Amino acid sequence: MKIKDLFYAKDDTFNITLSAKIVNTTLIFIIAIIFWNYAFSRLNYESQGLSVFLEFKYKFIFGFFITIMISIFSLICSLIIGSLLAMGQKSNFLPLHYFTKIFIEMIRGTPLIVQIYLFFYVVGTALDINNRYVMGVLIMATFSGAYVAEIIRGGIDSIDKTQIESAKALGFTNFQKYRYVILPQVIKRVMPPLAGQFASLIKDSSLLSIIAVNEFTKNVQEVDSITFTPIENYAVLAVGYILLTYPISHLSKKLEKRFSYGD
Amino acid sequence: MEINISNLKKIYGDQIVLNNLELDIKGVHSLVIIGPSGGGKSTLLRILAGLEIPEEGNIIINNRPLSFKEADLHNYRKTIGMVFQAFNLFPHLSAMNNITLPLEKVHKIKKAEANLRAKTLLNRFQLGEHGHKYPSQLSGGQQQRVAIARAVALDSQFLLLDEPTSALDPALTSEVLDSILELKKEKKDLILVTHEMGFAKNVADYILFIDGGRVVEAGEAASLFSNPQTLELKNFLGKTLKY
Repeated sequence: MKIKDLFYAKDDTFNITLSAKIVNTTLIFIIAIIFWNYAFSRLNYESQGLSVFLEFKYKFIFGFFITIMISIFSLICSLIIGSLLAMGQKSNFLPLHYFTKIFIEMIRGTPLIVQIYLFFYVVGTALDINNRYVMGVLIMATFSGAYVAEIIRGGIDSIDKTQIESAKALGFTNFQKYRYVILPQVIKRVMPPLAGQFASLIKDSSLLSIIAVNEFTKNVQEVDSITFTPIENYAVLAVGYILLTYPISHLSKKLEKRFSYGD
Repeated sequence: MEINISNLKKIYGDQIVLNNLELDIKGVHSLVIIGPSGGGKSTLLRILAGLEIPEEGNIIINNRPLSFKEADLHNYRKTIGMVFQAFNLFPHLSAMNNITLPLEKVHKIKKAEANLRAKTLLNRFQLGEHGHKYPSQLSGGQQQRVAIARAVALDSQFLLLDEPTSALDPALTSEVLDSILELKKEKKDLILVTHEMGFAKNVADYILFIDGGRVVEAGEAASLFSNPQTLELKNFLGKTLKY
């Protein structure tokens, strides 16, 4: 093997050998370590190392667990809300059609932090929902659901018109058309953007700390107010979120391959 | 098959696509529709497939009047087989499952029988070893043959084929035309829209020449091509057979 083969892909299919993979990822990590080492050395910051993490590890782990639970429930609810909104957009009943359109635009066009305050203090109070965790999940699911709806709608729109006509000509009912022809094809197409959306959802849930939902970010902030070691604490935060989001993007690539049916 | 059409009118926007079209045929097995693009032939076929609703007119097929209510049209569509120009097949299903899905879900045929029917048809169209492949792994010609097999599997009262070879290159066209010719030999009732004049002559019992939303000329294939009566058909044949 030539040295050049380690650093250049042969063509744009990116069939890369294992050794090239290892060499290149290691190289990037080394460069990153050198860069951060240099940056910190200029800072005169006295690192506490892992001692803070070890001291407060139960708090970190508790917050991490809450974030996982909030993310899982928000993810499921956002899929349901997103699907309903997408169906609403496809509805020929105009009030519903316009409601979903305007609702999605509003949610996508305003900052999450505004929605969290507004939903929690106004809608939550009006509806007598005092539980921060329930409201947190609902807010995250609604926010993410608007994006999921657009992803699903785009997926449905990208299905060739002839496919829908073929299904109709073969005598499928409207439900069968969606169940057997459109959805299986949509699932494949929405998988990558949906994975990205779910990764965002997990990271965005950190904003729930502002309404005192006791999740990962909130716990880290509390620890920080005791120890005053922001760099160690936020490093734990970064690693924690990567541990949650990386498997999602990995899983989505796996699923995408599974749904590739021959091409 | 017997088809009786009277006063059929179809309008898109301000364009009259079918203009009081009349047709009365009996005892024809293969009907071929020819004519210039935009003349209304595909629209007629799509109305016969139950995919378009005309503004006016009556259609009686095999002694049954065609009702244009959605519920009736849905039941009617189950009795016909349709093949489109391209992208007929469902890309997420193997060739085999493309054929069995409508049999199982729409016609409620048991899985084992649907599989048997699909296998028999794939073999008949020389696709026996390709049953497990997805559409993207098949050539365009093979895809269209699977689409034809799927339409035949439905045991429909007749087949409708809308320019089934127009998206294929010439080398692949002939294998699809062979399959259609095979169906004609079995006296399967079919209606075909095509630009392949030589093939039209071979496969047709009866030919319709449609232009300007009307049937301009109709008749047996042999006499129609050798002795066109109208100026429109003479011009059309002159152009299509020129090169």
